[in-house]
Amino acid sequence: MSVLEQQEEQARGFRGWLGDIVARVSAGELGSIPVVVGLVVIWATFQILNPTFLSSTNLVNLTMQCAAVGTMAIGIVLVLLIGEIDLSVGSVSGLASAILAVAFVQNGLPLVVAILMAVAAGAIAGLIFGLLRTAFGVPSFVITLAGLLGFLGVQLYVLGARGSINIPFESVIVQFAQQWFLPAWASYTVVGLAVVVYAAQNLSRAARRTAAGLTSLSRTTIVVRSLVMLVLLTFAAWYLNLTRGVGAMFLLFLVLVVVADYVLSRTSWGRAVHAIGGNVEAARRAGIRVNRIYISVFVICSTLAAVGGVLAAARLGAANQSSGGTDTSLNAIAAAVIGGTSLFGGRGSAYSAVLGILVIMSITSGLALLNLDSSIRYMVTGIVLVLAVIVDALSRRSRAAAGRA
Amino acid sequence: MSPVTAAPPREQILSLRGIHKRFGAVRALQDVDLDVHAGEVVAIVGDNGAGKSTLIKILAGVHPQDAGTITYYGTPVSITTPTVSRDLGIATVYQDLALVDNLDVVGNLWLGRELRRFGELDDVEMEQRSWALLRELSARIPSVRVPVASLSGGQRQTVAIARSLIGDPSVVILDEPTAALGVAQTAEVLNLIERLRERRLGVILISHNIADVQAVADRIVVLRLGRNNGDFRGADITSEAIIAAITGATDNSVSRRAAAQLEADAR
Repeated sequence: MSVLEQQEEQARGFRGWLGDIVARVSAGELGSIPVVVGLVVIWATFQILNPTFLSSTNLVNLTMQCAAVGTMAIGIVLVLLIGEIDLSVGSVSGLASAILAVAFVQNGLPLVVAILMAVAAGAIAGLIFGLLRTAFGVPSFVITLAGLLGFLGVQLYVLGARGSINIPFESVIVQFAQQWFLPAWASYTVVGLAVVVYAAQNLSRAARRTAAGLTSLSRTTIVVRSLVMLVLLTFAAWYLNLTRGVGAMFLLFLVLVVVADYVLSRTSWGRAVHAIGGNVEAARRAGIRVNRIYISVFVICSTLAAVGGVLAAARLGAANQSSGGTDTSLNAIAAAVIGGTSLFGGRGSAYSAVLGILVIMSITSGLALLNLDSSIRYMVTGIVLVLAVIVDALSRRSRAAAGRA
Repeated sequence: MSPVTAAPPREQILSLRGIHKRFGAVRALQDVDLDVHAGEVVAIVGDNGAGKSTLIKILAGVHPQDAGTITYYGTPVSITTPTVSRDLGIATVYQDLALVDNLDVVGNLWLGRELRRFGELDDVEMEQRSWALLRELSARIPSVRVPVASLSGGQRQTVAIARSLIGDPSVVILDEPTAALGVAQTAEVLNLIERLRERRLGVILISHNIADVQAVADRIVVLRLGRNNGDFRGADITSEAIIAAITGATDNSVSRRAAAQLEADAR
């Protein structure tokens, strides 16, 4: 390849960027397009069936419902990226809820200590999974299935005979999850900061690349993207601000997603995670300490599950035997997959946790507004999940056909 | 080829003496010798089961030899693990290439030794050096930002070989680099091997393809049933003679004659 071609590539700018997208889509690099389309369809459908669906009140509720399971879904994205699975996130989150409630309410420990204990329990659970996975090579499917049962047992044991513990409404953690919303000015400040940081990072990167004689995004592209982002985020914040606004817990979730995305795309660790998902043997031969990455991913996943459990308990204002039960694990996994993270490993991004959980919670919320019970909800979510997996499999196939597998 | 080989001070990089390796009852290698000099392409040929793979795996640190010595720039070394091998400066490109399909060319080239800047990946520096390296090798890669899955077989081989050069090795081992390639792509890889020789690297080439071997190798080492069965100068050996040595059809007379000739030339 010549320098000439490189310069040509450089000069394409905004139109070139659009062309790239079209080329990628036709080659099966769908990214987040299917889930965005799906979300639009779902929202439009429910809005037609019930005009309150897209009301500010309902959307604020939706965001608050997303935070806990969404946080767990970030962990699932990581585990799926290395080509593994964690079925136990629900049980681990339930255990974290129970530990929080017992330590804070029953034993009167300081809140911070209780939260740290709950999160540490998650980290230990993940460490156990990681060690079992690497020491014995047992499939993570089986290990975490055992974990699902085992940690549910620990949760019930921790809760003891009472089975349900209420967390006082006045406590900071419940206030945080239920009552703390950003004031309008603060939400716009966050939006502004996010866009400025995004634009500044991209501009400085582009400048460095140009200086190094490499292809880079044109200034126009970056400015246009930043403006689009500014408009969308401002509109979202404004719309939520019509009623209660942007919840602190939802913001925490978004921050976790951004951090996860940064770590995955900009660090050696993230590169190693993608490499292991693509070809473990190649990663090993490249000198990556594969076992360490496995263990770290399982630890992070279970830790995030525990954080999700703390958030869920706070939002509910209680921990009980069904905390993290029934469909929590499956919703978290479904969210990651619906959001576009491949079950086959190596492909996906932290943002799929946001998009996926929005889809799932939209279905839940929409059907609840229509007074349809959970039987329908499970069926619809099941169908959406199947569609997402089909999209994943099909795009994998067309990637193979286009030589991008 | 001969002018390059004749270049006077041939610095010896690797020297193997009396290498033995057995797996249970199977004697994979018996008393095998091998020398590699800077700026020299040494082809190792032999039938299936002749011990080619075992020999390079010893050099790559996959499994150590049972007996025999390896000297590296005159110092005896023991290559116990792949990391030791790599740190010495021996780079191995396996037949399966060990590329990560979902990472782009830059990601693959620097995998496991990424450059960092303020703690985060330094994509700019890595991409720049990738271009420089590929250009030096006159490699034809459409873009370093595409996943390697979208590259042709020859291009993938090129990426794998380029990756082996990132650690600045002094010996590169290529395991069947042309086995799965078409004519044009094979030519590309053979050019690449000559480029490695120009960089004064010692190249060990494992191949089944006699024509490829003759095209680029300065020396051809034949293994048969785990033993040395001839060490020929690439320029003056016919493919019939090589095949005879590989199959053992000539009771070693060819190899003996050629070895004597080589010694005579050396004096």
